[in-house]
Amino acid sequence: MSYYFVVVSPSDTPLFEYTFGTSKAGGNGQAHFRNGESSRYMNQFIVHATLDVVEEVQWLSPNMWLKVIDNYVPTNSHISCFMTGTNVRFMLLHQPSSSGTAAGSRASTLSSSSIAQNPTSPQTEEAIRQFMTEVYEIWVKTLMNPFYKIGDEIKSPIFRTRVAAAGRKWL
Amino acid sequence: MLDKAKSGIWKSRVEKVNAELVTLTYGTIVAQLCADYENDYAQVNQQLEKMGYNIGVRLIEDFLAKTSTARCGNFRDTADMISKIGFKIFLNITPTVTNWTADNKSFSLLFDENPLADFVELPDDGRAQDELWFSNILCGVLRGALEMVQMSIEAHFVSDILRGNDTTEMRVTLLRMIEDELPPDDE
Repeated sequence: MSYYFVVVSPSDTPLFEYTFGTSKAGGNGQAHFRNGESSRYMNQFIVHATLDVVEEVQWLSPNMWLKVIDNYVPTNSHISCFMTGTNVRFMLLHQPSSSGTAAGSRASTLSSSSIAQNPTSPQTEEAIRQFMTEVYEIWVKTLMNPFYKIGDEIKSPIFRTRVAAAGRKWL
Repeated sequence: MLDKAKSGIWKSRVEKVNAELVTLTYGTIVAQLCADYENDYAQVNQQLEKMGYNIGVRLIEDFLAKTSTARCGNFRDTADMISKIGFKIFLNITPTVTNWTADNKSFSLLFDENPLADFVELPDDGRAQDELWFSNILCGVLRGALEMVQMSIEAHFVSDILRGNDTTEMRVTLLRMIEDELPPDDE
């Protein structure tokens, strides 16, 4: 599974971006999007389009964790969203490894519900929820830094390291 | 004497202020000073020290009232009093007193934790890491407080975890005992 994680401000400005791959089931933490190089802007594009869905879904649930709210069929991408109390959105695009020749041999040894393979299984959903919750904690701590101005891009290397650690831990 | 102060009345008082409120308030002050002095960190350090001084000259009275301590016999007692009672009351931490010089006039306070610096990451402009002493207000507080009890001291930080050092260390040096009671110059 490959992941693209982005924090979007209430005014739809991206504050933080992070691309990574699964570390479970022998993954090396590198992203392998099936649309290759174009994924760099396609992921942004897809997630941006999902923001409209967020605006609909957010009123249907009292929870911050909105689960998988959208998908993009051509690349088999799924988008999960976590929304904080101040309308900051944590968007996670996740894309299972392509079932082509590269990953085919490995896929057969994995169960269909494993996090690395099935983007909609309850296990995956739970893992992403845990990831989001942890990022939420890190996020709050970052906001408490007096030198961080609300609405600015997050440049803190500590934040990035911690998000990466959360990614390794849960996804 | 230290034991007496330790068992003092201040222990039973439950303070009401929330730790995050203090941390954020102090952090905001420092960040605002950095903005006001356009990131001239030497100036910011100096201003923080002055603010601390003005706190210290008042806080000492509160401290003495709360703990009803007697005069310290020597500077070593003073150091223990600062660490085990002073910091304990006001910040609920007990920095370690260490690195005494042979003449007993200079020591270090090692801060295992620093409530003022929770959540803080220094600005990554390449200078703050080398120039700003984020918690410099504490130096001023000590200077102000001790000046009111006839000790002229000099205090400065020598390392800070925020800067990437392994420890947070403040160096405190006794300059002289003030014999005549001069009115303090209120800055």
